Amino acid sequence: MKAAKKIGQQTIAFANPPVISGASSIVGPKEGKGPLGKQFDTVLPDTLYGEQTWEKAERKMLRETCQTAIKKAGLTIHDIDFMMAGDLLNQIISANFTARDLGIPFLGLYGACSTMFEGISIGSMLIDGGFANYVLTAASSHYDTAERQYRFPTEMGVQRAPTAQWTVTGAGAVVIGTQGSGPAVTHVTVGKVIDLGISDVNDMGSAMAPAAADTIIRHFRDTGRSPADYDLIFTGDLAGIGRALTEQLAKKAGYDLSKNYTDCGILIYDPSQDTHAGGSGCGCSAVVFTGFLLKEIMAGRFRRVLGVGTGALLSTTSSFQGETIPGIGHAVAIDAYNPGG
Amino acid sequence: MLLKGKKAIPSDRKQQESEYREMVNRIKPKPPLLRNILGAFVIGGAICTLGQALINFYLSFGLDKTGAGAAASATLIFLAALLTGLGIYDSIAKYAGAGTIVPITGFANSIVAPALEYRREGMVFGVGQKMFTLAGPVLIFGFVTAWIAGLIAYILK
Repeated sequence: MKAAKKIGQQTIAFANPPVISGASSIVGPKEGKGPLGKQFDTVLPDTLYGEQTWEKAERKMLRETCQTAIKKAGLTIHDIDFMMAGDLLNQIISANFTARDLGIPFLGLYGACSTMFEGISIGSMLIDGGFANYVLTAASSHYDTAERQYRFPTEMGVQRAPTAQWTVTGAGAVVIGTQGSGPAVTHVTVGKVIDLGISDVNDMGSAMAPAAADTIIRHFRDTGRSPADYDLIFTGDLAGIGRALTEQLAKKAGYDLSKNYTDCGILIYDPSQDTHAGGSGCGCSAVVFTGFLLKEIMAGRFRRVLGVGTGALLSTTSSFQGETIPGIGHAVAIDAYNPGG
Repeated sequence: MLLKGKKAIPSDRKQQESEYREMVNRIKPKPPLLRNILGAFVIGGAICTLGQALINFYLSFGLDKTGAGAAASATLIFLAALLTGLGIYDSIAKYAGAGTIVPITGFANSIVAPALEYRREGMVFGVGQKMFTLAGPVLIFGFVTAWIAGLIAYILK
């Protein structure tokens, strides 16, 4: 039997597009001072958020944003069939420990910074497949926990490269359901892991851009759509350099992204905030999507968007051993109103 | 170009990678070399001037040259550790780069920063184990170089 909902090589077209029924975002103080600061549900007063460690603070952010998203969807924890979440820390402890606290049947995800969109993709499949009524999907990152795991102790005096990005302190969550009046997920294009030989850990944007471009191009070819079919196309955390590269790569394949394409890593900070190329981390696309873009969609300012979560799939071990950085991108097409509901 | 995955043979891939590297190099901003060099010179120079001032200060207290040097080093280490603890040292280093890494203050910073950072993992497996993660290689290669230099000096004698 041929899979009824698969189109082209990598894309799924939902029969009954799942609906985003609730969303929530929480960010750290630096993100709160950024251009989108007023859009987020909560801005932390400091990066420890009343906890003893930054890891505990990240967990608390993730837990609270999950609870708020459920509340905003008008549901209780018992209504959620499955939870999917992930983060950047080793063995995704933020997600695992949050799931321990919430007590929802849980599937842990690791897609590096693409986790939020990986979660929305799988969550939508569970809904449209008839396996669940409501799915919660979330992701988090924290500047200090990521910095100490991937780079240097935070008080270490180092000069950052102009291509370096700043890990977003923040967490976002969405509740996806079978029906309602919210924005609907119509298509998902699952990305391939792509590596064009970039090994500079201070230049993640260049490492991930080929994967993002590949997924975007594949999405257009599979669906027959073009950039003009979308009011907005956004990537997760390619920041300034990665965005420019993605645009060029897409142009080479005959798709002009120059009019309606941006990146969450560019939107979240102001150039004066000294983040160099821009934002990164699971939290970057998670909070910009849930805190800002989703609201714009619901307000009718964007009728159809394509979001591409991007991830750099490296570890400190792989980079110390001289490996290059593989990247991934998952695309999710969202319509402002559910055509079926 | 990117989507011809099925046709990807090694030489194809190599060419793809080198094409992409060229594309990246065209877009990538260059580090602000002049600004970085100036920052390193001015702040690194200021640290060394402070060191000399401290040596003169201790000499005036009647310490001999070796003693004054040691006392000045200890003072600089203390100041760097204090500034690291107060969260100021990394803000200076952002502008100074090598200017704050090369002097003895950079060495102090590289030990105090992980010691502070890993305090939450406990005294033994946190502070004790991680304190020298950054300074360790410096010490090891310092010891080895000193040993080789000593050996050469001994042979030449």
